Amino acid sequence: MSWEVVIGLEVHCQINTKTKAFCGCSTEFGAEPNAQTCPVCLGMPGQLPVLNDEAARKTILTGLAINANINLESKFDRKNYFYPDLPKGYQISQFAVPIVEGGYIDIPTPNGEKRIGITRIHMEEDAGKSMHEGLDAVSHIDLNRSGIPLMEIVSEPDMRSADEAVAYLKQLHQIIKFLGVSDADMEKGQFRCDANISVRRKGEPFGTRTEMKNMNSFRFIKQAIEFEALRQIEILEDGGEVKQESRLWDSVKNESRSMRSKEEAHDYRYFPEPDLPPLRITQEEVDAIRAGMPELPNQMRKRFETEFGLSAYDADVLTQTQSLAQWYEALVAAHPANPKQCANWLANELLGRLKEQGKDITESPVSAKALASLLDKIADNTISGKIAKDVLDAMMESGKDADTIIEEKGLKQVSDTGVIDAMIQEVLDANPEQVEAYKGGQERLFGFFVGQVMKASKGKANPALVNQRLKKYLG
Amino acid sequence: MPFSTLTDIQAKLSAGETTAVQVAQTYLDRIAQYNDDLNAFVHIDPEHVLAQAEASDAYRAKHDARPLEGLPIAVKDIFCTQHGPTQCCSNILKGFEAPYDAHVITRLREAGAVLVGKTNMDEFAMGSSNETSAFGGCKNPWNTDCIPGGSSGGSAAAVAAALTPAALGTDTGGSIRQPASLTGIVGLKPTYGRVSRRGIIAFASSLDQAGPMTRTVKDAALLTSIMAGHDAGDATSVADAPSFDWLKACEAKDMKGLRIGKPKEYFIDGMNEEVRAQVEAALQKCQELGAEIVDISLPHTEYAVAAYYVIAPSEASTNLSRYDAVRFGHRCDNPEDLEDMYARSRDEGFGSEVKRRILTGTFALSSGYYDAYYLKAQQVRTLISQDFKAAFEQVDIIATPTSPVPAFKSGEKTDDPLTMYLSDIFTIAVNLAGLPGLSQPCGFAQDLPVGLQWIAPAWQEDKILAAASAYERATDWHTKTASAFAGKGGES
Repeated sequence: MSWEVVIGLEVHCQINTKTKAFCGCSTEFGAEPNAQTCPVCLGMPGQLPVLNDEAARKTILTGLAINANINLESKFDRKNYFYPDLPKGYQISQFAVPIVEGGYIDIPTPNGEKRIGITRIHMEEDAGKSMHEGLDAVSHIDLNRSGIPLMEIVSEPDMRSADEAVAYLKQLHQIIKFLGVSDADMEKGQFRCDANISVRRKGEPFGTRTEMKNMNSFRFIKQAIEFEALRQIEILEDGGEVKQESRLWDSVKNESRSMRSKEEAHDYRYFPEPDLPPLRITQEEVDAIRAGMPELPNQMRKRFETEFGLSAYDADVLTQTQSLAQWYEALVAAHPANPKQCANWLANELLGRLKEQGKDITESPVSAKALASLLDKIADNTISGKIAKDVLDAMMESGKDADTIIEEKGLKQVSDTGVIDAMIQEVLDANPEQVEAYKGGQERLFGFFVGQVMKASKGKANPALVNQRLKKYLG
Repeated sequence: MPFSTLTDIQAKLSAGETTAVQVAQTYLDRIAQYNDDLNAFVHIDPEHVLAQAEASDAYRAKHDARPLEGLPIAVKDIFCTQHGPTQCCSNILKGFEAPYDAHVITRLREAGAVLVGKTNMDEFAMGSSNETSAFGGCKNPWNTDCIPGGSSGGSAAAVAAALTPAALGTDTGGSIRQPASLTGIVGLKPTYGRVSRRGIIAFASSLDQAGPMTRTVKDAALLTSIMAGHDAGDATSVADAPSFDWLKACEAKDMKGLRIGKPKEYFIDGMNEEVRAQVEAALQKCQELGAEIVDISLPHTEYAVAAYYVIAPSEASTNLSRYDAVRFGHRCDNPEDLEDMYARSRDEGFGSEVKRRILTGTFALSSGYYDAYYLKAQQVRTLISQDFKAAFEQVDIIATPTSPVPAFKSGEKTDDPLTMYLSDIFTIAVNLAGLPGLSQPCGFAQDLPVGLQWIAPAWQEDKILAAASAYERATDWHTKTASAFAGKGGES
């Protein structure tokens, strides 16, 4: 019997509110340490939390997007532990009754779509940051992050490979970005993941799990899960037992190490937060939030396939981010004749060039309208597709529009049959042996003649016309 | 002057017979004269007091007087104030100065009050005798060998000895009403959610409520009318709480048609017989005033103390986690590491009663014990609320003794926490149910004051004020003063 890895994921995602979860401090990233704090998020005596409604609204929106139930009454609890960057000595979280329960998302796998269950989403506040290095002999604490709203998204143990786990995370990440509920910048720690990993022989009950922490990129998550699954399999095959523990992923050494065992685990002494009454919302409020739901990636992909006739692959590429999808739709609106061609030019030509420059679509020096007018020039035979690529290069560089560049560089396509005929005659005259061979039956030489004519025209000759006229000459 | 009420002083101020500065000076003089005997105040800044009084006089000269214009009010050391230290009578907050006023303090300042100083209390409000204060116990003005009750003992003693005409207290399990009872003054705990808790150092968040301690019912109404009201900064302060005219509620002259519930669980074996007799006599008086006395039962009363001593310490154990020596408060010398800093700072900073409650609460919330203790206690709490609900279908209001005993001797119960906890046996259920309760003087036992407690349905403080005012008009217990503190200018 072969081994099977079982994975459940906990994602901590920063909700992008302007102010913190329970006070009015700014959540802006990158301020001077402790500049964005107040008596509430510093845990000063007598200070009380007041819930930021926007955080709740965005968590509800996320819940609706993952097909979950919204609890019209949810509760806050205190999670108690001592740490210097946790000012109150407890974190306000939701334990017994979270705001969102029981959803799912569908992820692509090599065997088709797979449904991954989502147990719950609850709201909580972030802790501050302790800094132990590069300073003096003391530790420093930055509480700017203290009280920033998070949602913790807990999946069912439904994933069976590192690839599935990554597919789930990418899908979730994309949904969250589309909803606009989080900037989800992994480098800034706005989308963090812990993985519960166990292995078993197929068909057997779940094995003992370990919790892997500190994986801050999709690549590390894949590596960490694969490493951990192998580690557990080796232990079991050697007749050992997997210890239930938390492990830390070291992305430099490419290995995990034990952080704390089950025995050392904190007793968080959860109990209802007496400073916050239960969060009550009405079905009408939930419906209003649902009415404001943007189109989700899956829906958009399907629409791109049916509305624009795109392949599944192209539809997927163009819906990676909302801004890219919007860019594509703007392009099609400006050049409605050929959505497929729009997709090719955007996905292959423009994105390729942007990638070389390390830019994303929002930073493109060429606007959707400008690219559309370039595609217009191909469509009306002003230039060939090949020349158009050179024009695009020039547009990227100079920011000028296609017309100007075609004009300035004299790239306009030659469609005058007289001129083309003259060039054909020259080519045929210069290559009498090939003409003989062609006439003798070597028809594949036709391409050679087209190439020579195009070359003679410096690529400007209308290729369709060249084909047409050549056939006449070669009879 | 010294034993004047807020209302008296207000009348004299508006008649121009005195000034806020003169009033403030009178009380500052009395504090200077008597505080050493009582240890009622733990912080006084006379210059600041006089500056506020001057500002009030200046305001009165130009504008219509505000509701508390020039009236001196002392503040329990649990209310954060921007001026001066706020220490909760704990070494862990020694020297702590809050950069903010509690919401209630802001309301008092905006109403023109002159804040007199910080009064003594049990450390973090944990105690019933004021003996757990890190700054020394406080004495009862009626007999300085006795405790004034707690935890708002300093506020109670200060009002009873006329070191201030009124003071603020907080009440988590009886901490306003019990010391009011033991010192012969009026103390009101409003309905939970009536007064903002923001800026008041938390003991047990679901039970804490601030209220006035005064010489008369009307003064209590006057202060509460300013303290009460929604605060967007406290999610447990209620937005559209039923309201009424607080002073008008005090105009009642009789109790015609009032059905007063007399719960058998509050007249029990083991209570002081003189206390029982005084409260029975008070009920007799109520009957004379037109009330009907109805025997009722609040069957789950006997579980109230046990439930309270699970819930309050549980909440306290986590409320007090913020005193970790990281950002403010006491830090031990030369900590070896983080663990040592936490352990030693908290060991040095907290007194033994506070430690006992942190340990109790930590235990009660621990995995494996939560259901048996915290959850069970919450269930009891629900039953107690239901008891009151059922009772209030029969009666308009409930009357009981505030404390089973009069003030006891200092040191008498300090070694026996369980007996000490029983001091609050008649006040705790009110907090568990979130109801309003008031204690007013109704006689003496062993020459020490006895308190009558009124309990009403939530948001019906007006019923309490009416009954208590009618009783006050018909009796003269509230005019009795502790003679040892008559002092200079001692006309009452």
